[in-house]
Amino acid sequence: MSGKRDIVLSVNGRDYKIQVEPRRTLVDAIREDCGLTGTHIGCEHGVCGACTVLVDGAAVRSCLMFAVQADKKTIRTVEGLAAGDELSVLQRAFMEHHGLQCGFCTPGFLMLITGVLEREPDIGDEELIDVLASNLCRCTGYQNIIKAVRAAVQERRAK
Amino acid sequence: MADVKQKFVGRSVLRLEDRPLLTGAGRFAADTSFPGQMHMRVVRSAHAHARLVAVRTADAAALPGVHAIWTAADVAYIPPIDFRLTKLVGLEPYRQRALATDRLRYVGEPVAAVFADTSYVAEDAAELVQVDVEELAPVLDALQVPQEFAAGLGTEAAVIRKGFGDVDAAFRNAHTLVELDLAVGRHSGVPMETRGLIARHDDVRDVLELYGAAKVPHWNRAQIARMLGRPLESVQLYEGHVGGGFGVRGELYPEDLLVCAAALKFARPVKWIEDRREHLLATNHSRQQRHRIRAAVDAAGRILAIDDEFFTDQGAYLRTHAATVTDLTAAMLPGPYHVPAYRAVGHVRLTNKTPCGTYRAPGRYEGTFIRERLVDAIATRMGIDPIELRRRNLIAPTQIPYRRTLDTLGTDIELDSGDYAGLLDKTLAHLDWPALQRRLAERRAAGQLVGAGLVMFVEKTGLGPRDLARVSVNGDGAVEVVTGAASVGQGVETVIAQICADALGVDYAGIRVVHGQTDRIEFGMGAFASRVTVMTGEATRIAAAKVRAKAVEAAAELMQALADRLDVIDGRVVRTDAPEGSSMTLGEIARRLAASPDGGLCAEGWFQTDHMNYPYGVHAAVVAVDRDTGGIAVERYLVAFDLGKAVNPMLVEGQLVGGVLQGLGGALYEEFRYDERGEPLSVTFADYLLPTAREAPPVDVLICEDAPSPLNPLGLKGAGEGGASAVGAAIATAIDAALDMPGAVSELPVTPQRLREMLRMKQTPPSS
Repeated sequence: MSGKRDIVLSVNGRDYKIQVEPRRTLVDAIREDCGLTGTHIGCEHGVCGACTVLVDGAAVRSCLMFAVQADKKTIRTVEGLAAGDELSVLQRAFMEHHGLQCGFCTPGFLMLITGVLEREPDIGDEELIDVLASNLCRCTGYQNIIKAVRAAVQERRAK
Repeated sequence: MADVKQKFVGRSVLRLEDRPLLTGAGRFAADTSFPGQMHMRVVRSAHAHARLVAVRTADAAALPGVHAIWTAADVAYIPPIDFRLTKLVGLEPYRQRALATDRLRYVGEPVAAVFADTSYVAEDAAELVQVDVEELAPVLDALQVPQEFAAGLGTEAAVIRKGFGDVDAAFRNAHTLVELDLAVGRHSGVPMETRGLIARHDDVRDVLELYGAAKVPHWNRAQIARMLGRPLESVQLYEGHVGGGFGVRGELYPEDLLVCAAALKFARPVKWIEDRREHLLATNHSRQQRHRIRAAVDAAGRILAIDDEFFTDQGAYLRTHAATVTDLTAAMLPGPYHVPAYRAVGHVRLTNKTPCGTYRAPGRYEGTFIRERLVDAIATRMGIDPIELRRRNLIAPTQIPYRRTLDTLGTDIELDSGDYAGLLDKTLAHLDWPALQRRLAERRAAGQLVGAGLVMFVEKTGLGPRDLARVSVNGDGAVEVVTGAASVGQGVETVIAQICADALGVDYAGIRVVHGQTDRIEFGMGAFASRVTVMTGEATRIAAAKVRAKAVEAAAELMQALADRLDVIDGRVVRTDAPEGSSMTLGEIARRLAASPDGGLCAEGWFQTDHMNYPYGVHAAVVAVDRDTGGIAVERYLVAFDLGKAVNPMLVEGQLVGGVLQGLGGALYEEFRYDERGEPLSVTFADYLLPTAREAPPVDVLICEDAPSPLNPLGLKGAGEGGASAVGAAIATAIDAALDMPGAVSELPVTPQRLREMLRMKQTPPSS
């Protein structure tokens, strides 16, 4: 094992100066070194998407990225979605449409969809399903996640 | 006393649980850490079956940051893990120990445990532990002749026999016999959060604390205390957020004992977070069974007898569920039909695979598939429409309560309420079944492989024998319900709060519901068998009603009013005869009662029941088969489910839809496969295929409340499992229809490979 490197992770607008081994995954750094445990680890091989965060605006599996690769990049996690007590449109839609049960996969879905809707606000319904199919949920059967996302899309368009 | 008004029960109010989960403030197992904690990594067997010769740890122990490495000798004082359910005499030798002693029986079996300063170092060290073995031939098929499990013990751990009536006479006198050989594959719950545990010993209080508890914290607490030789009061379990349970999470596993023993031994907190590969190797598998079933029927297609011999591929050890799945399969197999004579012989066979436990709808997913396949086969043989054949065999409402001379989980089976034909009619009307079948026939005529299937089932929920809840109101008017339930993410807090709110006369949103904390309540049975809403819900209702009565009684004196002229509305005791007149808040009353000998404005409620109750349902599926790829698309799915009373229809629907997709996983995608040496082939999410949003069909849910349970005042039955129970059966029937090959599906999951094999059979039927 080589020595630790000094890096800066900019997470939700705050800089975290941390020291990490080169092999440390971004998700471990976010959770353990930055103390932001809202990003979850579901498989550590990039399939389930529970660890999805936004790195420079793009959805990333943070279990497949090393922390050193995210040095000085802008990272957004689930902790940064709400404005104070006010939930984001998408967070509120998940609540209103019962888009979560155990809630473990929820942060990953929220970040995945937040990223997509920012980049492609007019994304079509079928493409949306394809995007949603990149993360796994074991409780909801996806039906209410799909409903919540469609509602959020509608609300954003109406604004 | 005025009638309790129902303001929250029955409404789809929003969940109380959601906000922290949506904002990243949840506290799942891995989110808990303590200063000075060590990380545990389990070294697991790479062999399906081998004699353990030596475990060499020197290289691993030399790695900086490694604190200790344990092998079997270090934990020899810990007894094997006991059975929680379906404990039969003679099964004890099949229990699993914390670490393997002289024989390795499945790939993934814990052999050693590494304790290190970081999880990375622990994992490095684990890879340096060398395990010397002499390989033995593995047993990989539950149907093969039983082999030696240990000296003097065979791999057939038990044979479960259940039945009634004169089966042999029925077969002698039958008009027609139908016989099938059917199999259900090995799959399991696979929650998105893997298991995780953090143990620490608080020196000051001399309390061993275990975080990451789920499902059955109180039972696990008692076991851990007993197994580690500690007084019960010195062990406490704490449930945080739980990332899905589905039956597998929260049972007592080897790792629970290892972290607890290590925290005591090393006087440092010990954290263990399972990785996904470990989860797929180490956490309970389920379902795998092979059935040879036959039915005797009369000239009208009425079932005279069912005779089923089946084999449960139990895996390498009997864990906490012992023979539960086999027992439940045998007990629940007859389902909604009147079966005059019945015999089930279930073999519990050990194999060199991951040990099995229960998974959502245990025994019913399997049994429903088997029984409904049988019913379809009878219909085909007799030339009777399958729905008409079901109708002829259904238990009539006039026969209910219907006693079957069968028992399971310590209860006699008595179907408590139901109108099975009534629900069938509702479902057919909802689907417009004849029109649906016409459209599908047209599409088939045009060359498409499409078809619909409809199946029926009975669930069991609300397992007793008792539950306890305490409801209290403090001087600020805050209401707390302390339960011995557990939450695996299904919405326990919301549902219990709704029930409490109506019984007490307060808003549900302000109620704090405590679950899974063994230091808050001395009794709890946890969350399994779809029991929480029924058992904990009723205990809560009883406790809340007592608190309400207490508040009214106290207020009557304080307000100088007659108690029967008082009501509790929105947390205030008000006069029904003078609504604008004086009133008191529950908080004020609580302050007045604070010094009372019975502890203030609080009460406890016990709910007892000797029987489970039995919701029932119909599943229907429409599938389209791709001729070229063998892929199956589920175009439409319907669940009709009668559960007596839905406390929160939105959550019931969520349970049912989620259950459908899990059931669909087992029907089409998910399978733990092994090679001929017992090497597991499904150890990542790239091999073990969970359904995604792309595979998820639109699920239509018809919640019915026609048959409230007579066994509890609210009429409740559970909703946790009815979404999963019948999916394998419904999909199989629909595929048969799509291929126009009755009985084509005899095994789950129906993978594209198996489907293409069926298509080949269709093109070139085997010569007879």
